[in-house]
Amino acid sequence: MLTILFDGVAYGMLLFVLAIGLCVTLGLMNFINLAHGAFAMAGGYLTIVMMNRYGISFYWGLPAAFVFSAILGAVLERTLYVHLYTKSHLDQVLFSIGLVFMATAVVDYFMGANQQTINLPPALEGRVNFLGASIGVYRIFTIVLCGLLTIGLQFVLAKTRFGSRLRAAVDDGRVARGMGIDVTKIFALTFAVGSGLAGLGGALSTGIISMDPTFPLKYMIYFLIVISVGGTTTITGPFFASLLLGVADVAGKYYAPAVGGFIIYTIMVAVLILRPQGLFTKASR
Amino acid sequence: MSMTQPTKPVNDAGARLLSGARWRWYEVLFWVAAIALFFVFGDFIPGIPTRLMLLSEIISLGLLALSIDLVLGYAGIVTLGQGAFFGLGAYVAGLMAKNGMGAFPLSDPLLGLLAAAAVSGAAGFVTSFLVLRGSDLTRLMVTLGVALILAELANQMRWLTGGADGLQGVMSSPILGIWDFDLWGHTAYVYSLVVLFVCFWLSRRIVHSTFGLSLKAIKGNALRARAIGVPVNARLVAIYTLAAAIAGIAGALLAQTTQSASPDMIAFHRSADALLILVFGGAGYLYGGLIGAVLFRVMQDVIGNITLQYWQFWLGLVLVLLVLFVRGGVIGLMEGWWNRLTRKGDAP
Repeated sequence: MLTILFDGVAYGMLLFVLAIGLCVTLGLMNFINLAHGAFAMAGGYLTIVMMNRYGISFYWGLPAAFVFSAILGAVLERTLYVHLYTKSHLDQVLFSIGLVFMATAVVDYFMGANQQTINLPPALEGRVNFLGASIGVYRIFTIVLCGLLTIGLQFVLAKTRFGSRLRAAVDDGRVARGMGIDVTKIFALTFAVGSGLAGLGGALSTGIISMDPTFPLKYMIYFLIVISVGGTTTITGPFFASLLLGVADVAGKYYAPAVGGFIIYTIMVAVLILRPQGLFTKASR
Repeated sequence: MSMTQPTKPVNDAGARLLSGARWRWYEVLFWVAAIALFFVFGDFIPGIPTRLMLLSEIISLGLLALSIDLVLGYAGIVTLGQGAFFGLGAYVAGLMAKNGMGAFPLSDPLLGLLAAAAVSGAAGFVTSFLVLRGSDLTRLMVTLGVALILAELANQMRWLTGGADGLQGVMSSPILGIWDFDLWGHTAYVYSLVVLFVCFWLSRRIVHSTFGLSLKAIKGNALRARAIGVPVNARLVAIYTLAAAIAGIAGALLAQTTQSASPDMIAFHRSADALLILVFGGAGYLYGGLIGAVLFRVMQDVIGNITLQYWQFWLGLVLVLLVLFVRGGVIGLMEGWWNRLTRKGDAP
C-alpha cells in the first residue's frame, strides 16, 4: 500500500518535471505544443546513448540531457515555433503533431523501434525498508531530485525579478509588453528551460519507464491531463495535478489493471466539463 | 464579392446561396474521374493490377475527413476525436454482420450502415454537449478524451469486440440481395462510391443552405452570431451529431469492405490521420478530405515502398511545411494558381 503510494508520488513528480515546461509556455503564449514530449524523448535517448554506447556515468547523463534538450528547444523556438504564435490553434496542433511524427521516425531510424532501458548505477539500485514498506532507492532519488527542482522553480517564480516578469507576462502579455517587459525574450528563455526540464525528466524516466519512439505520443495525453486538471496560471496547480495523476495511475494499474486507463480519461473529461479552467486555479479570467 | 447592390440585400443573400449551390464543371469532372477509376483499376485493362480494395479504403478515409470538414471547416470546432465515431460505426456494422451469419436482417450492409449512423450519431449527440463549452484546447482534449475512452472500451470488452485481435469474419449479405462482395473489390468500390456520393450530396446541400451559412457565421465569430439571433449551441449540436453519423457510416464502410473491425480503427492515429488528410487537402471545401485521402494513401504507398516504416517522417515534414507556407491545403493552392491564371485575383 505504502509502496504504491510512494511509487505513485515518484511517478507524479516525474510527470511534473516533464510537463511543467508545457504548462508555462501554454499559459504564456497560449501556444498548444503537442511536441513537448519529443524534447523529453531527446533527453532520454541522449542519456541512453551516453551510458550504453560510451559508458558515461548516469549522473553526467542527467545534466547533459537538460542542456541538450534546452538547446534543442531554444533553436527550434527561434527558427520554427516563432512563426506560429499568431496562427490558429489548429495550425499549432498540426504543426506540433508533424514535429512529433518526425521525431518519432528519426529516433526509430537511429535507435530502432524496440524499448531501451539503462542499467542504473549501483548506488541507486536496490530497495530499502521504510515504515514497513519496501521502496526502491531510485524512487527516492527521483522524489528528492524533482522535489528540489520544484522548490527551485517556485523560488525563481516567486522571489526573483525574472519570476515576477514571467508572472506578469502570463497574466497579461500585452500589458506586460506595455510596461517594457521583453515578453519575447522571456518566452524564448522559458521555452528553453521548459524543454530542458522535459529532457531531464526524460532522462530520469529511463530508470522507471523504458524509452521507445512512441514516447511523445504516449505521454502527450498525460501532459494534457496535467494541464487540464492543474491549469496554466500557477505551478502548484500542475504540481498537485501531477501527483494525483501519478498516484491514480500507479494505483489503478495495480488494483484494477483492466480499467486503469479508463478511469484517468474519465476523470480528465469530467474535470474539463465541470471546471474548464482547471481544478486548482482560483478564478477564471 | 463587395456589396455593390445594397438596395436588394435579401435577394443578394438568396442569390449567393443559390450560386454557391450550383454544380461546377470541375465537380462533375471529379465524380466522373472517380467512376473512371473503377474501369482503370478494376482489372479490365491488362497490365494494370486491381487496386479497388485500396480505393475503397481511400473512400472510407475520405468520408471520415469529410465529416471532420463539416465540424472543423464549417463550424470551426477543433476535434481530435472523430475516430471515436468512425470506430464505433465500424464495430456496430461489424458486430451486426458477424452475428447475422451472412443472412438478411442483421448482415444486410445497408441496414448495417443505418445502424452505424444511428449509434454514432447518438454518441455524437450525447458528447456534443461536452464540446459546446470551453476554448479550442478544452475541445481538443475533450474530443481526444472521449476517443481514448472508447478505444479503451473496445480494447477491454473482449467478449464483444475480440479485444486487441479485433473482429474477424465479418460477412455481409449481398447488397439489396443482389450484389455480393467479391474478392477483387468490384462491389466494394461501387458500393463505397455510391455511399460516399450520397453522404457528400447531403453535406453539400447542408453547407449551401441557410443552416450552413449560420455555421460559417459561428465559425467567424460565435459571439456576434449569437447577437444576430443564431442559436449557436443548437446549431453546433446539430452539425456535430450529423458529422458523427457520417463518420460512423465511414467506419461501417471500412468494416464491411475489409470484413473486419479492429482497435486500430478507433485508435488515436485514426483521428489524427483524418485531420491531417483534411488539412492536407484543404478544410472548408468539402472536396479537401476526398482529395487529401487520395494523396495521403498514394503518398503512403509510394514512400512506404521506399522506406517502409519511416514514412511518418515525410508525413510530419509535409505537415510542418504545409502549416508554415501554405494556406488552405492543396485545394487552396490550386485556387490561388487558378485565380492568378485567370487574373480573377480580387484586389481589395
